[in-house]
Amino acid sequence: MTKNITDVICPFCGTLCDDLEVVVSDDGKKLLEVYNACVIGTEKFLHSQSADRVTRPRLRQADGSWKDVSYDEAAEYTAQMLAKAKKPLMYGWSSTNCEAQSVGNEIAEISRACCDNTAAVCHGTTLIAVQDIGLPSCTLGEVKNRADRVIFWGCNPAHAHPRHMSRYSIFPRGFFTGKGQMSRKLVVVDPRVTDTAKMADVHLQIEQGRDYELLDALRVALKGEWLPDVVAGIPAEKIREVADILKSGRFGIIFFGMGVTQSLSKNHNIDGAIALTKDLNEYTKYSIMPMRGHYNVTGSGEVFAWQFGFPYAVDLSRGFARYNPGDTSSIDLLNRGEVDAMFTIGSDPGAHFPISAVKHIAEVPSVCIDPHLTPTSGVSKLHVPVAFNGVECGGNCYRMDNVPIDCRKVVEPPEGMLTDEQFLIKVRDRLKHLKGAA
Amino acid sequence: MAKSISVNLISGRTIQQGVAIESGKEKPSYRTACGIIEMDNADLKALGAWKNTNVKVTSDYGSVVVKAVEATQGPHPGVAFIPMGPWANSIVNPNTYSTGMPTFKGTPVKVEVAMDEPILLGIELVQKQCGVIVG
Repeated sequence: MTKNITDVICPFCGTLCDDLEVVVSDDGKKLLEVYNACVIGTEKFLHSQSADRVTRPRLRQADGSWKDVSYDEAAEYTAQMLAKAKKPLMYGWSSTNCEAQSVGNEIAEISRACCDNTAAVCHGTTLIAVQDIGLPSCTLGEVKNRADRVIFWGCNPAHAHPRHMSRYSIFPRGFFTGKGQMSRKLVVVDPRVTDTAKMADVHLQIEQGRDYELLDALRVALKGEWLPDVVAGIPAEKIREVADILKSGRFGIIFFGMGVTQSLSKNHNIDGAIALTKDLNEYTKYSIMPMRGHYNVTGSGEVFAWQFGFPYAVDLSRGFARYNPGDTSSIDLLNRGEVDAMFTIGSDPGAHFPISAVKHIAEVPSVCIDPHLTPTSGVSKLHVPVAFNGVECGGNCYRMDNVPIDCRKVVEPPEGMLTDEQFLIKVRDRLKHLKGAA
Repeated sequence: MAKSISVNLISGRTIQQGVAIESGKEKPSYRTACGIIEMDNADLKALGAWKNTNVKVTSDYGSVVVKAVEATQGPHPGVAFIPMGPWANSIVNPNTYSTGMPTFKGTPVKVEVAMDEPILLGIELVQKQCGVIVG
């Protein structure tokens, strides 16, 4: 008899869907079916079952081949590497649970590391803007029940957060939005006619990189002041039309993504978006929310902020926490060649950092803790495969609206495999011993 | 018909990229999903390239060979899109301008037809550029 597990959390994107159903074999060792998840979430659950999965740590040899080692040997290598390094970088954290992140922070403190999460290439600039100007936000439940004006600015949830629109932002029938999509006006701002834009009531096909101008133009239009004929490729009358749509709602929400965080002007784009939200609150109720990518990147920011006082790009090399994006942030540290050891967990900088930064990772002693084979494991000296968090072990995670949700274990990991947290505890204990702390 | 054309490169997620990273970055499906450049029909015409032709994309920061495909979320003349991954990151602007964030969107690039040049697998592409010895 198979077992049906309900209310399973999906560990893929920041939407952190909590309504999945998973069918497992009688002995709880095989995952057979996944229901309710998007195509990406389904693939994540099913890939944990693949026969070609690496199940033991591997150390790269001089000839480039891999040699299997035990978890104890892997922990020893990692602890030695961190103990010897003057400025190690501990990067990732967004695809693991808060418990593991907390152990990681202990390790970082002992080894005086720089620590950073995937906000470095995602919403790092958002965090800078939030510190500049604040963030009037809400939960996704409020969006579902109240939002009658929804703006997607520089984000494409149809591809990146596939169930966001059906669970929260466009289609669901909420308490005050009983007609679902019919109750809402959707505005999309994107330089491409994305699949999200195709569903919009109004699509502003902005000139790429001109977000700051358009955000400012909308603020001007709200106040009824003079505008040039065209701003960022959008005619003034269209901007005024959108300003009227935004003003006329009862509750509006601006979701924004990489289109604003990664284009030039970066944090200033988000300053502009938050200022627009503030201005709209003169007329009606508005909130703004970043579309966080990894399922627990928000949690990583929470744990860093709780333990070190800053949400990312933390430098502990002087024995206390410093935070100065551009100086203490991963890409800059790697591009300047300041890092002398690289520790990666729950992310893939090898694939998602510019190649100039990846080249530096390949030059220094490095450990990659990841269940998958990735470009990062491909350039690292030690690869430590671990159990899939959210599939083979539980733990706390934070949704994109800062709501903590406990992930569930649904299936046993392959025999003898450790979780992130278990491996990190081994490294921490060994490192304490090496540093004479215990 | 030009030998090469200049376009503004952006990168980002696609659902095919999401599925490919979860099903295994060592597999050819990752290359199929992300080793591509989505170009507007007008730009393909200006370049004189058939759809699904290998092209070499060069910026100030590097070059990479990918497959030129017709834009799936267009039209967007003058803008080209490579899904996020090692192919896009071989050529994006790594400068953070003191924000910590590389400029992943808005890199000026040159695209030229490179019919006979191979598109490398994801891990292979990174290893080759980093000079990693593979056993």
